[in-house]
Amino acid sequence: MLRVENVEVYYGVIKAIKGVSFEVNQGEIIALIGSNGAGKTTILHTITGLISPKSGSIYLEDTDITKIPAHKIVSMGMAHVPEGRRIFQELTVYENLQLGAFIMKDKKQIEKNLEYVYKHFPRLKERKNQIAGTLSGGEQQMLAMGRALMSNPKILLMDEPSMGLSPILVSEIFQIIKEVSADGTTVLLVDHNAKKALSIADRAYVLETGKIVLSGDAKELLNDESVKKAYLGE
Amino acid sequence: MSFFSYFVSGISLGSIYALIALGYTMVYGIAKMLNFAHGDVIMIGGYVAFTAITTMQFPVWLSICISILACIILGVVIEKIAYKPLRNATPLAILITAIGVSYLLQNVALLIFGSAAKSFTSVVPKFSVELGGVSITGETIVTIAVAVLIVICLSIFINKTKSGRAMLAVSEDKGAAQLMGINVNSTISLTFAIGSGLAAVASVLLCSTYPQISPYTGAMPGIKAFTAAVFGGIGSIPGAMIGGVVLGIIESLSKAYISSELSDAIVFGVLIIVLLVRPTGLFGKKFNEKV
Ligand SMILES: Nc1ncnc2c1ncn2[C@@H]1O[C@H](COP(=O)(O)OP(=O)(O)OP(=O)(O)O)[C@@H](O)[C@H]1O
Ligand SMILES: [Mg+2]
Repeated sequence: MLRVENVEVYYGVIKAIKGVSFEVNQGEIIALIGSNGAGKTTILHTITGLISPKSGSIYLEDTDITKIPAHKIVSMGMAHVPEGRRIFQELTVYENLQLGAFIMKDKKQIEKNLEYVYKHFPRLKERKNQIAGTLSGGEQQMLAMGRALMSNPKILLMDEPSMGLSPILVSEIFQIIKEVSADGTTVLLVDHNAKKALSIADRAYVLETGKIVLSGDAKELLNDESVKKAYLGE
Repeated sequence: MSFFSYFVSGISLGSIYALIALGYTMVYGIAKMLNFAHGDVIMIGGYVAFTAITTMQFPVWLSICISILACIILGVVIEKIAYKPLRNATPLAILITAIGVSYLLQNVALLIFGSAAKSFTSVVPKFSVELGGVSITGETIVTIAVAVLIVICLSIFINKTKSGRAMLAVSEDKGAAQLMGINVNSTISLTFAIGSGLAAVASVLLCSTYPQISPYTGAMPGIKAFTAAVFGGIGSIPGAMIGGVVLGIIESLSKAYISSELSDAIVFGVLIIVLLVRPTGLFGKKFNEKV
């Protein structure tokens, strides 16, 4: 589905990503974990074209998307829930969701996607006319996810969906990720809550200062001593 | 003349400032830059209309359309050639470029049309309306009516159409807008097109009210409209409109009752006071209508 090959990314002269390769197969939930500044957000931004890599290639379903500009990516079936949510604060919930379907022309399909989003996030339906900036943090996260789902993506990239949420809401969000995955969407998940992320993921990659240092079956990594020590606080 | 007539001509002058200010504020809101060449786009629009009406003897409606089209093309081309390569440059570099474009346009006009002001034939048929014992000129009425109409259309466009929403999204977060599939470059082009089209309309109204044109015609209204945009809160559409009208009224009344030499100083004085009290301008905080 998604293949990242030997990607290197620089910020000025600083090399943030030092040759990263990984793969996300159709239907999988893949977790990408690592400590602050490891380069997780940078990788996601590079995949969706917000940053261009110095070298390496990115393939989406065997199409080379390395040089495709960010605004063309979503119509290729990839949606990105960015770090910090980045919803359009000044617009209403409904307008945000409509922007999520910006590339779609078929009104009926948009209506269907909206129903799908409202089914998973009934709270968004209740608050559809509220200005997004006035939503609670949890509701904003739901909106960010809902907005991404409005384009009916084949693959969903999620950056820190649990950031700043209460434990109950974290569980709720992860439950929804599982449901979305069960509905056939492939998921690439970055999160600091490594335990939760690994518990719903099929496979995982561990990133350290711009390099992948460990990868494998998520359940095995959950029991890996070094992972436990570094990321699970055990 | 009575207070009422000064007031009405202030609204009319202010409507012109408002149309120009919309261009500044929309470009600022979306491209995050001050397009100091905007005033000179107005001047070019005036010359194009002048050439079409006086030299080519085209009908008025056609001349206005040509002027609008010419300004739209000019605005979009300026953005593509001068500003787009500087998308990630420092604000100072962009500002200096904008000032350079402004001088370039003025000098091109000097070269083609000379420095002497030419008299501009008003595009408004001669008529006037009696209101409360005062006679209001056709130019005043048409200017106010056109400005109101444009503002209504613009609000509908921004709030109800997909391209309008895209503009709002880009003004808030370029990166997130791209993730929605919005082409930021074409949205910025569209913004320049709209701003420059409005500048052409403003220029035809301006040159009809003060019936002459020179290479410096755009400079002072440009600065005043910029002041109006800052006064209203740069980036805010209602701010630009209200700022423009308020500025026009202040200018007209201070010309009438205080001194015509001091009126510009008074206008800028008011701006300074407003910015001291509210650094973001009148509407600088009103988020939901900000572009
Ligand atoms: N715009 C930028 N300019 C310069 N350096 C940057 C920029 N963005 C990120 N970096 C640097 O690149 C490295 C990777 O950052 P990135 O945001 O990808 O980390 P992350 O793994 O997402 O961290 P976190 O878990 O804290 O979100 C960091 O050292 C960061 O300081
Ligand atoms: Mg990050």
